[in-house]
Amino acid sequence: MQPPPASAQAIVCHELTKQFGDFRAVDKITLSVAQGEIFGFLGANGAGKTTAMRMLCGLSYPSAGQATVAGFDVYRQQEKIKQNIGYMSQKFSLYENLTILENIEFFGGIYGLSNQQLRAKSEELITTLGLHKEAKKLVGSLPLGWKQKLAFSVAIIHEPKIVFLDEPTGGVDPVTRRQFWDLIYAAADRGITNFVTTHYMDEAEYCNRVSIMVDGRVEALDSPANLKLQYHADSMDEVFYQLARGAQRGE
Amino acid sequence: MKQLLVFIRKEFYHVFRDRRTLLILFGLPTVQILLFGFALSSEVKDINIAVVDFARDNASQQLISKLQGSTRFRLQRAVLSYPEMETAFRRNTIKAALVFPANFNVDLLHTGHGQLQIIADASDPNTATTITNYLTAIIGDYQQELNQAAGPLPYQIIPETRMLYNPDMNGSLNFIPGVLALVLMIVCTTLTSVAIVREKELGTMEVLLVSPFRPLLVLIAKAVPYLVLSLLDFTLILLLSVFVLDVAVRGSVLLLYLETTVFIIACLSLGLLISNVTSTQQMAMLLSMMGMMLPTLLFTGYMFPLENLPVFLRWAPNVVPAHWYYLIVKAVMLKGLGFGAIWKETLILAGMSVALLGISLRNFNIRLA
Repeated sequence: MQPPPASAQAIVCHELTKQFGDFRAVDKITLSVAQGEIFGFLGANGAGKTTAMRMLCGLSYPSAGQATVAGFDVYRQQEKIKQNIGYMSQKFSLYENLTILENIEFFGGIYGLSNQQLRAKSEELITTLGLHKEAKKLVGSLPLGWKQKLAFSVAIIHEPKIVFLDEPTGGVDPVTRRQFWDLIYAAADRGITNFVTTHYMDEAEYCNRVSIMVDGRVEALDSPANLKLQYHADSMDEVFYQLARGAQRGE
Repeated sequence: MKQLLVFIRKEFYHVFRDRRTLLILFGLPTVQILLFGFALSSEVKDINIAVVDFARDNASQQLISKLQGSTRFRLQRAVLSYPEMETAFRRNTIKAALVFPANFNVDLLHTGHGQLQIIADASDPNTATTITNYLTAIIGDYQQELNQAAGPLPYQIIPETRMLYNPDMNGSLNFIPGVLALVLMIVCTTLTSVAIVREKELGTMEVLLVSPFRPLLVLIAKAVPYLVLSLLDFTLILLLSVFVLDVAVRGSVLLLYLETTVFIIACLSLGLLISNVTSTQQMAMLLSMMGMMLPTLLFTGYMFPLENLPVFLRWAPNVVPAHWYYLIVKAVMLKGLGFGAIWKETLILAGMSVALLGISLRNFNIRLA
């Protein structure tokens, strides 16, 4: 899979840093992600992925450095950023005691979609996922794999420029994970940038480019093929292991 | 605005689909009111009563035989003196006593006025009220019989009632304002804090915070449904009190609703505050139950007389919003007083609401930075 042309940059960070007292959770990371790219954001637990992601989502202010997300500044334009991103967390993020349709209406509604847009979107989404029969069932009654796919579709219901996925496939079987990635590809084809964290190295192979964070710093950043070449490794698993075993920080 | 409505609708879905929440919302006040109402004031039977008869005349004998005829009373004879009567009260062998003064019959025949005394053990105020009502009714009956026989000049027997141990009858109907305070406290504080913390626990809060939906609106969207539901609850309790327990609302209903809204805002703010400092539903539940319900039970004054508090705890009721709300409702609902009588309490309660709301909003904002 070829990376799309790096015409427009969706995310640009320059020496982005987050300091908690003496602890530097994120240490001068510099990277850029192109519009429509699938970018894998890897790192062991405690490497600083979540903190970095929170800064990019407008949930916390950086201590130093610059960053723009969808062209907006993370210090001054957090509200603008929020309108242009979608987010799906590792915890399942739909309401279990709402039906599929009600979840769609709610999340579409808080992003300000009009009733007409909502109707069109729900129809499209339910058709794509093949959930016609379940549309009026409570989300809590669905199998986990379906929930995750639905959560992803809901996270991009407002057609954001970028979607942040924080370990979206945790606890899901390989077949469903593969189907989940089909959704990610489809979103990328529509020009949505996917910023994904994962612990599954097979998923890292699906990304256009990946970065690997160790102890708050980005230690490697390239396409999976180039990284394997560079580290003389057969798989991303090996690349990751070579980098991560040097980590000083535990969980 | 539309976003807010979407959010509020979602909150109502949550409430109406959660059986536990519904149970707390509507089951709890109903059960509380009925339990307090009927367990405490139901029919009283087999009342042990002593007669202290200083008169030993015709009239007193006739009244005593009427008492004996009543199925409600079990007459304890042969108590002749006050000290003996008091001992009997203290040993709890009698619940009430009827005292005839020395010249009962003579006074009644000559002046047309006869006086006697009803003494009741008011440590259980509901029972005491019921007993004196029964006795007064029996005496009224007897008086009527006399009058029918006597013709134009009416006889009048005036019972003087004395409530032992609890002269002000604290707690008779006071449980209604108390239950109101308790139920609103539970509904607003517990349910609001749990509703917010649940989103944190499930991870949906993160999604909300990443969305352009403003954090302040999240709070409003959470608070509005519970404000509405609390007012519904308040209405339910009022209706139960009026139609099931026959307790009339003496004061202005509008004033009651306004005061209740002020109290609800205090409770909601407490709920928000709790949700700020906890991250699991259980913790929120525990904090609001232990931290809010116990003080409400102990310090409002409807379950335990505040006069009995140990000295070092005397200040405590003053910082409990429910205490002030209880005083206000008691004054308006049971005594029929207007705003003029409760403006001080209202001011204190409103001050607490504003302060709590301010603190909780401030904390919420800090957490998001």
